[in-house]
Order: sequence, then C-alpha cells, then structure tokens
Amino acid sequence: MDALHSFEVIRPRTVEEALAARQAHPESRMIGGGTDLLVNIRRQIETPPVLIDTNDLGDLKSIEAGENGLVIGASVRLYEVAEHPEIRCLYPAVAQAAGSIAGPTQRNMGTVGGNVCLDTRCIYYNQSEWWREANDHCLKTELGDMCHVAPKSKGVCFATYSGDLAPAMLLFDGAIDLLGPNGARTVSMRDFFIGHSRQDGSTGDGIDYMAMEPGEFVLRIRAAAPGNLVSGYDKIRIRRSIEYPVAGCAVAVARDGDRLTDLRVAITGTNPRPVFLEGAADLAGGALDDATVQGIDDLCKDQLMSMKTTFTPGHYRRRVATKMAIRLVRELFEAAA
Amino acid sequence: MAKRIVSFTLNGRAHDGVVPDNTLLLDYLREGLGLTGTKTGCDGGECGACTVLVDGRAQLSCLTLVGQVAGKAVETVESLSRNGRLSDVQEGFHMKLGAQCGACTPGFVMAAEALLRRNDRPDDDDIREALGSNICRCTGYIKILDAVHHAAARRRGEEPAPYPPLPDRAAGQAA
Repeated sequence: MDALHSFEVIRPRTVEEALAARQAHPESRMIGGGTDLLVNIRRQIETPPVLIDTNDLGDLKSIEAGENGLVIGASVRLYEVAEHPEIRCLYPAVAQAAGSIAGPTQRNMGTVGGNVCLDTRCIYYNQSEWWREANDHCLKTELGDMCHVAPKSKGVCFATYSGDLAPAMLLFDGAIDLLGPNGARTVSMRDFFIGHSRQDGSTGDGIDYMAMEPGEFVLRIRAAAPGNLVSGYDKIRIRRSIEYPVAGCAVAVARDGDRLTDLRVAITGTNPRPVFLEGAADLAGGALDDATVQGIDDLCKDQLMSMKTTFTPGHYRRRVATKMAIRLVRELFEAAA
Repeated sequence: MAKRIVSFTLNGRAHDGVVPDNTLLLDYLREGLGLTGTKTGCDGGECGACTVLVDGRAQLSCLTLVGQVAGKAVETVESLSRNGRLSDVQEGFHMKLGAQCGACTPGFVMAAEALLRRNDRPDDDDIREALGSNICRCTGYIKILDAVHHAAARRRGEEPAPYPPLPDRAAGQAA
C-alpha cells in the first residue's frame, strides 16, 4: 500500500465553519466524493496539506426544481440529480448529463460541486509521478515549464475541461453561487469558465480555468426557468462507462410549428472550458434546414479548439462533437413537434 | 500526523477505529483489519475491484477516506456468507462460472448485491448499467450476467434456470 501524503481533514458542520476553515488554511482543497481529487492526490499531482470535507454541510444537500428555476446544492450526489423526477421532467439535459457521468459507483460518490469544478485533464498531466518525471513534467504541474501538447503555447495550458453538468446548465443560463472571504456572490457560468487559452494571456487556460477568488468555494448551482425549451444531453466515450468523454454535447431547442425558434448548444470535452456556442441562437428563426446544420458546423469549427490532450486526435474530437450536436438538434426538434 | 477515532458499522457490528486522516477505507480494511476480501485493483477509481457498500450503495473504497464513513454502515464481501453458506450472489458467481481469476469478483459481487436489494427482477440492461463501474478481464461478462440472473432468481425464491444439459459423452463415443 502506498500511503497518501500527510494531510489533515476538517469536517465542518455549517457553511460558516467551512468558510472559517478555508480562510485559516489558504492551501486547503474542498473534498466531496473524492473521485477526482483523491485520484490526483494518489498520483501526487496535488499535495494539499488540508482537506475540507463538504459531506456534513446539510445546507448544501438540497435540490429545488420547478417551473421557475433549478437550484442544486454543491454536496448533492450525482445520482440524486440523475434520478430526480422534476429535473428529469423539466431539465432533461441536466438529468441525462448527471446520469452519464463515469459509472454508477462513481455517481454514488461524486458531488455536483466537484463535477462543476472538475479538474481539467491532459494525457501529459493525469499520469503517475514517475511517468511525468520521465517526461520532464508539464506546464500544469509546478515542476514543468513546457506544454507538451503545444510546445509553442507561450505558457498557455490546453488541458481539457470534461465536466458534464456545466454544459447542460449553460443551456439554462446556468450560474454558480460562491462563498468567499469577501462574502457570497453569484457568477454566470459563462463568466465562470474562463479557459479560453488565448495566447496573449488575456484569459484563463487549462490551469486557471475558473474565475474563483482565493478562498472561495461553490455553494450551489442554479439554472433559469426552462420555458418551452426541449433539451437533451449526449456524449461519446471510448467505452460506455468509467471514461472521460471524447466529447459531450448539450442541446436545447424551442419549436413553434415548423419553425425553430430557439437554439442553444454547449459542448464539453474539447476546450479548457465548457463551450456555449456563441451565435447558435442566430441560426434559429426559420425551418431546421441544411443552412442551419451548416451553421452549427461552422460555429463548431470556429469555436471548438480540441488539442491532442486525450488518446484521440484533436480534430477527431471536434468532428465527433459537431456530428453529435447536429444529431441531437435534429432529434430534439422532432421530439418538440 | 494526528489520529482520530472513527466509529461506523462494519458488516453489521459497531466498529471504532483509530486512524490517521490520510487513510483510505480500502487500505484500512485490508491492512488494518485484515479484511482482504476487498481487492486493490487500479488504485484510481477505474476498475471497481474495491467496491464496498456504504449505507447500501456501492462505493469505491480506494477513493474513500475512512473518516468519510463515520456514522455510516459499511459492508464488505465478507459479510455475505452465513454460517458457511454462500449468499445467493456468491452462489450465482460460483455456479455460473462468473469468476475466473477472481480479482474483480468481490467488487462485482458487492455491486450486484446493491442492485438486487433495489431490484430483484433486473433485465440484462439493468445489470449492465449497475455493474458499469466494474471491469473484468477474464469472463467477457456474459457469465457475470448469468450469475446475477441466477442470484436474482434465488432472491425471488425461484429455482434458477439451469444450463442446457451437457452432451451425452457416452452416446457420442458410441456413435
């Protein structure tokens, strides 16, 4: 047995206690299910001196789902979201996304907060210590100074965001409630995920992928009323369970007669952030025809920036994401009739 | 490093353990308590060999800190047999050859146990879904499906479907 590095676990009972613990230990990490963080700790990718266990925070374990909106606490388990009757009915993309995460055992453990903040991944990063050392480490770890995926990246990391809940929530103007030393605030998910990886350094990247202030942590995630949107989630993996996605895609459409009146597409598993396709709504307004499909294709080509961060080539993942988005738009448009 | 007393129910009995914060449930069960039925596989949450039940739901003990099960009920594969008799799930894996090398089997048995407690009439898709977090490199999974169907029939109080009878070797030789 390889012992984990020495760390202390704090188990706060209230959100205030959690905040105090977070302030007392700036280097601490929050732990929910541990299915992401403990793997990284095992591989010595991260060695936080203190873990703050969120499992006793009763305030963060509730789900409020209705016609007017959706609020899910950060400590809610993923299987609870997948099985929740109102979420399945009103926000099917969210329930399907939650139900597609890893395998059933991981969903019994993993939490909503953890999935939203899922660490970005790369084949040069999510490896054991000896593997990374043999490869001279990478930009995302403290010891490395080069991106092996894009050697000329000028210090920008391209590790891929692959959380499933975020794209589904983005369809419904998803937002995140954060609590930190400067109080509570709600941030739109479109502003929260900053992994644009622009080479001029004007935005975040695969290392700095969340707009979270030091000491902040997630309380809840929320979505706006679904209105007449019909939504769904699909993802393609090399095998059907316990696998990170080649690409994942959330789509919502609204239909009036033969007209597509609203179109929203969000994609995960390609960029260092979940991508809410900008300009998709402009494609709505008429029938769902070849021009609309070509429009989605063009937007994906323009905005999806998949690199060779997994075992499939980048361009393949972009094509998979595009085809899946188009297929899902067609299916949901039919279902909305 | 500081140690703490962690109290939980282990296989139906109250248990108090003194453990450092950084101890994983898998290591504690195997190294601390000698319950080596639970297996270490990939050590990273990918294979399901270390599956145990926590409050009746399957969980990966390799990604659970001991402190996280405080106050909960943990069940390992050792809890299943009674008075030397295999449980229905164990019997299913034995009778239907659901185990070959056996390294993944305790994980499969516990995941199947969790399924059958919720649903004692699962179809193939239910079983595939419920065992989706477990990997077996030997059996090809078909015999594992048979094993769970066998166990489900036992649990419903029915006689499990037998395999088709073996060909009559004596008759074959005579011909």
